[in-house]
Amino acid sequence: MRSADTLWVLLGAALVLFMTPGLALFYGGMVRSKNVLSVMMNSFIAIGIITVVFVTFGGSLIFSNDLGAGLLGNLHLAGFANLNHPLPGLGGVHADPMAIMVFQLMFAIITAALLSGGTVDRIKFTSFLVLIVAWFLFVYVPIAHWVFSPTGWLAHLGVLDFAGGTVVEINSGFSTLAIVLVLGRRRGWPGEAMAPHSVPLTLLGAGILWFGWFGFNAGSSLGVNHVAVIAFVTTQIAAATGMLGWVLFERAREHYPTTLGAASGAVAGMVAITPCAGFVSPMAAVVIGLVAGVICAMAVRLKFKWHYDDSLDVLGVHGVGGLCGMVLLGCFATKSVNAAGANGLFTGGGFHLLSREALAAAVTAAFAFFVTSIIAKVVDLTMGLRVSQEDEFVGLDLSQHAESAYSLGGGGRLGQ
Amino acid sequence: MKLIVAVIKPFVIGEVKAALEAAGVEGMTISEAHGFGRQRGHTEVYRGSEYEVDFVPKIRIELLVDDDQLDELLAVLIDAAHTGTIGDGKVWVLPIETAVRIRTGERGSDAL
Repeated sequence: MRSADTLWVLLGAALVLFMTPGLALFYGGMVRSKNVLSVMMNSFIAIGIITVVFVTFGGSLIFSNDLGAGLLGNLHLAGFANLNHPLPGLGGVHADPMAIMVFQLMFAIITAALLSGGTVDRIKFTSFLVLIVAWFLFVYVPIAHWVFSPTGWLAHLGVLDFAGGTVVEINSGFSTLAIVLVLGRRRGWPGEAMAPHSVPLTLLGAGILWFGWFGFNAGSSLGVNHVAVIAFVTTQIAAATGMLGWVLFERAREHYPTTLGAASGAVAGMVAITPCAGFVSPMAAVVIGLVAGVICAMAVRLKFKWHYDDSLDVLGVHGVGGLCGMVLLGCFATKSVNAAGANGLFTGGGFHLLSREALAAAVTAAFAFFVTSIIAKVVDLTMGLRVSQEDEFVGLDLSQHAESAYSLGGGGRLGQ
Repeated sequence: MKLIVAVIKPFVIGEVKAALEAAGVEGMTISEAHGFGRQRGHTEVYRGSEYEVDFVPKIRIELLVDDDQLDELLAVLIDAAHTGTIGDGKVWVLPIETAVRIRTGERGSDAL
């Protein structure tokens, strides 16, 4: 065990945790003022609920020894017990296994929180809780095992995914699409104006996400080494070019470069670099971010054409950005930056890696969409996913949480 | 006694206030208002979706004046609020029954 590696992973865990409140701000600014607490609460509560489920047994199902066929782990590490040996398949990693587990917990938290971006303004709070627990167990856990555990079947096939292009990004995007198709559109959408109530909050949130993403990607090296440095650098570059790509697209298309576009583009760039971070060169990151920025800026417009209300564009930014990242990793990966990686289409590796990246992306998207559709349908039939029409009208802050985000004082009286 | 109500561009309020004070006005009430006239609103763009914002910010001034001051103050106000571009706003005048200063109970012109 190397203490510097453990320290790096713990630092990464704290940084990734910080992304979830960052996401809460990112999303909170984009909704109307009557729903800001509700969407922020859905991120915060994910910290509480996923922590419990992950520590008690979810994390074990991901990272313990495989039950066979590479589909799921066992319960040997339930309750974070028996973590005095390296995790299966991670014998070459010198960070403390429990540090790796708590680092991975933070990934599960933010992925669950990401789902709330599609369901804003109309999902019932209690139903959201049940939904994310079931989704974590039946969607996140299997996919994470397949990709993040070296004993999983996709990892075994040679699929590369540095920090969760499949597990976090494609998964959250396509799971959200499944949920919003069951949940239905917000009343009045798309005709009625539902403009963001505070873009400054969103920009602050994007900044926090950017800061935390260094932990997310560079931390995924699980050690203090050159790969961590590469991941750190490519993350910075892709965020930068993602922002520029999105803003340039807007400037060309609508004549105004928007601040919301800048924030969204930076996030899109970081989404795309997530699977690639420790496997590509800095100049490849320039291209990956730029491509993702432009493609995601185009993708967020599709919902108006096809009329699915993915309100804050979880599919458009995370789903599509994750797909971009996986495909581009298959093109740009190079062993010259990471010997544990592979060479891609443009780096002398032929179609071998690209076909595996495409397979992993397609399997993740299909599995996430299919299983989440079932979960959402069951929750809808048993508890109801949506609030009543009146509750939706007054806003979820008041109807679900009995609070208002912005009180100017007055009018209230202390109750009995 | 008359009530002058003016809806003007927000950035001219400083000049309007100064001009009215110079003309002897000793009090007024303003509020932030939103509305549209011939200027219409503007368009905002968020992630490619365009929102028509019909109501643009304005300042609404309410000013109680004596009948014999009306024409002069109206001219002062209009002159100060005038920029010549679309969206300069409107001013209208209402007859007022009476006014009372709450502290002293003075009525009519004495209350101004």
